[in-house]
Amino acid sequence: MDFMQLVTEGLWIVAKIVMILLPLILAVAYTTYAERKLIGYMQLRLGPNRVGPKGWLQPIADVIKLLMKEVVVPSGANKTLFLLAPILFIAPSFAAWAVVPFDAELVLSDTNAGLLYLLAMTSIAVYGVIIAGWASNSRYALIGSLRSASQIVSYEIAMGFALVAVLMAGGSMNLGDIVEAQNGSALHWFWIPLFPILVVYWISGVAETNRAPFDLPEGESEIVAGFHVEYAGMAFALFFLAEYANMILISVLTALFFFGGWLNPFQGIPYLEPATAWIPGTIWLLLKAAWFLFMMIWLRATFPRYRYDQIMRLGWKVFIPVTVVWLIVLTFWIKLEWGWWFDGRGLAQLAQTVGGAS
Amino acid sequence: MSKWKHYFKTYFLTELRAGLWLTWKHLFKRKVTIQFPEEQTPQSPRFRGLHALRRYPNGEERCIACKLCEAVCPAAAITIEAGPRESDGTRRTTKYEIDMFKCIYCGFCEESCPVDSIVETRIFDYHFEKRGDNILTKEQLLAIGDRYEVMIAEDKAEDAPYR
Ligand code: SF4
Ligand code: SF4
Repeated sequence: MDFMQLVTEGLWIVAKIVMILLPLILAVAYTTYAERKLIGYMQLRLGPNRVGPKGWLQPIADVIKLLMKEVVVPSGANKTLFLLAPILFIAPSFAAWAVVPFDAELVLSDTNAGLLYLLAMTSIAVYGVIIAGWASNSRYALIGSLRSASQIVSYEIAMGFALVAVLMAGGSMNLGDIVEAQNGSALHWFWIPLFPILVVYWISGVAETNRAPFDLPEGESEIVAGFHVEYAGMAFALFFLAEYANMILISVLTALFFFGGWLNPFQGIPYLEPATAWIPGTIWLLLKAAWFLFMMIWLRATFPRYRYDQIMRLGWKVFIPVTVVWLIVLTFWIKLEWGWWFDGRGLAQLAQTVGGAS
Repeated sequence: MSKWKHYFKTYFLTELRAGLWLTWKHLFKRKVTIQFPEEQTPQSPRFRGLHALRRYPNGEERCIACKLCEAVCPAAAITIEAGPRESDGTRRTTKYEIDMFKCIYCGFCEESCPVDSIVETRIFDYHFEKRGDNILTKEQLLAIGDRYEVMIAEDKAEDAPYR
């Protein structure tokens, strides 16, 4: 590979990153709008409707407002870390998108360790939170970051187990292969055999992104705004952006792992499948993800905040046992080839490969 | 038995689903927001908003500097200094100030006034632009009274049978 080729290749990758990030940031902006509108509607209010027609320009106005505000560094704060924390928080939540396939071919990095990479990226974000809390030199921020850290760490275990189940079911760490393993019809998707795992994964996902009803790290009524209480202007906007980017990520991942990603939900149904065949897979993926995003907002509009010990109890005493039990059930399920989800991966196949090898 | 019921309820998220169903239904219900500048809620003539000092129809200010309002004000928002007026020697206020940040809009000043001088109007959407603007002087209060006298008189007449 000569130099020119290297440069063009690099530029192409940068272009692809921009193609993912720009729509993502726009999606984040309009997720905040959707959230305010939906929560408003669920509370019989109208939500923002003044800036632009029906309030469509509200997120843009918010961005401009945040951009023009001063970033205040509190006295006694560790300035370097204080300014580094939001970046540490947002970088992983953007980086995680590298392995997310938007269609059979549409993926930035088609790596075989996609699942591991995702786990690593979602866990690394906790550093940003801890550093933000510590560097702020504020009690509330510190309490918030400690809460956030313990919450993320505990729910990561349940989430990790849930991903192990996905890995077993899909037979691969590559996100694209996991989706392909669900090919067939809407009944082939993993949400049926993995239903308890789906629930655990989803709720852990909500807890990992520190969303209501698990928004203890923010807990406005107790600790003001938690770990980002001292942040203003753009630094605060980065935290905000990362939170919503994480929400979208978790929604997309749920669609990928349990609901067949970009696969057409009408697959295998006569008339409906040919009628919808022209719709690109990306649209299906985005529609599915949008539903889960809606669910997150819906949860927030419905439930009051958990008490801290209840959160810990739920994570350690309910989710982890449930996932472990289901892992064992799943092992039998796969090896005995119940149903049509795990064709060719059961004992018969095993005997064949072993027999063939000897 | 109740333990099993509890487990069933917990693992099948019965109550949480009931809550979600409720918010789902609310999503499509009629919205009750009042679009403020265009729409307003009905107001009582007794509404206690911005203060005003009234005058008699002949232009004479009503206030006789009795200081009852100053005395009754629970928030100590009113400051009055009194003295004889230069032109005719009658007792008048030389200074009459209300600190609108202290005021709790209780309406006691209006109740206590023997000559219906200090009143609270139904105006509630006003603002201050500078520090210090929150202290309304006698001139400002009289000006408010002059400007809204018709409205004030109507409101007071409507409320009179009940006081
Ligand atoms: S309304 Fe009440 S608090 Fe306000 S100035 Fe009158 S007496 Fe004082
Ligand atoms: S406003 Fe009324 S109560 Fe207050 S000093 Fe004047 S006359 Fe007396």
